[in-house]
Amino acid sequence: MLLTFGYGVFLSMFWLLLSGHFEPLLLGLGLASVALTIFLMKRMNILDHESFPIHLATRLPAFFAYIFREIVKANIDVIKRILTWTGKSISPQLVEIQLPQKTDLGRVIYANSITLTPGTVSVELTHDKVIVHALAKEAADDLSTGNMAQAVPDRVIDK
Amino acid sequence: MIVDALSWICLVAGGLVGVVGAVGIHRFPDFYSRQHATGTTDTLCAILILLGLGLQAGISLAAFKIALIFLFLILTSPTATHALANAAMHGGLKPKTDSTPGEGKS
Repeated sequence: MLLTFGYGVFLSMFWLLLSGHFEPLLLGLGLASVALTIFLMKRMNILDHESFPIHLATRLPAFFAYIFREIVKANIDVIKRILTWTGKSISPQLVEIQLPQKTDLGRVIYANSITLTPGTVSVELTHDKVIVHALAKEAADDLSTGNMAQAVPDRVIDK
Repeated sequence: MIVDALSWICLVAGGLVGVVGAVGIHRFPDFYSRQHATGTTDTLCAILILLGLGLQAGISLAAFKIALIFLFLILTSPTATHALANAAMHGGLKPKTDSTPGEGKS
């Protein structure tokens, strides 16, 4: 119930910020569309903590700050490797990384974070491990330290 | 004035990163390593260009929409990249690697 209400508020804010209209008619239409969306999501049974992870909201800002730093660092590294004209600048490899996350959502966030940082792409995702293609040995080693795995928000909610 | 200068720096730097990413696509040897080069265009290039545009827009609804574009980009582009890499792997395309899983693992 709280989730439904929170989602309604979220959708209304979203609609308001996207439209920028405040006439009564348009506000009413927007509210109707929000209600329809929530009704359909309820009927399809897809309104849960996975589609609207409000329980992770407190951890997301720190995670975004972390991942942003990682993206910039990894980008600088890859750009250096692209612009190194002499010798061999890359050593591509496939590595297996263990997935410490307990929830599916946590696993997806982790695999996407791996792909989002240039230099590492998650190729195959299974239940407890992810196969990663890394551009260089350093990037692969960096990943197996598990620093990024710890930064990923992953909270088990009891139903 | 300062905002204008900052936004131009961001836009030009973003464009340069995009060019470097394009150079990387041509330089790297196989499909998987080329994906890493496009990764720079996906992330830093897009971030810098959107940041530059956001600075031009100031605090307005347009800036909010630019922030949304950024959000959707960082949610969808890794998914697309993963789908591509996964499809290539299942299609039997072997990456040119210096090591295989199990032997060079630390």
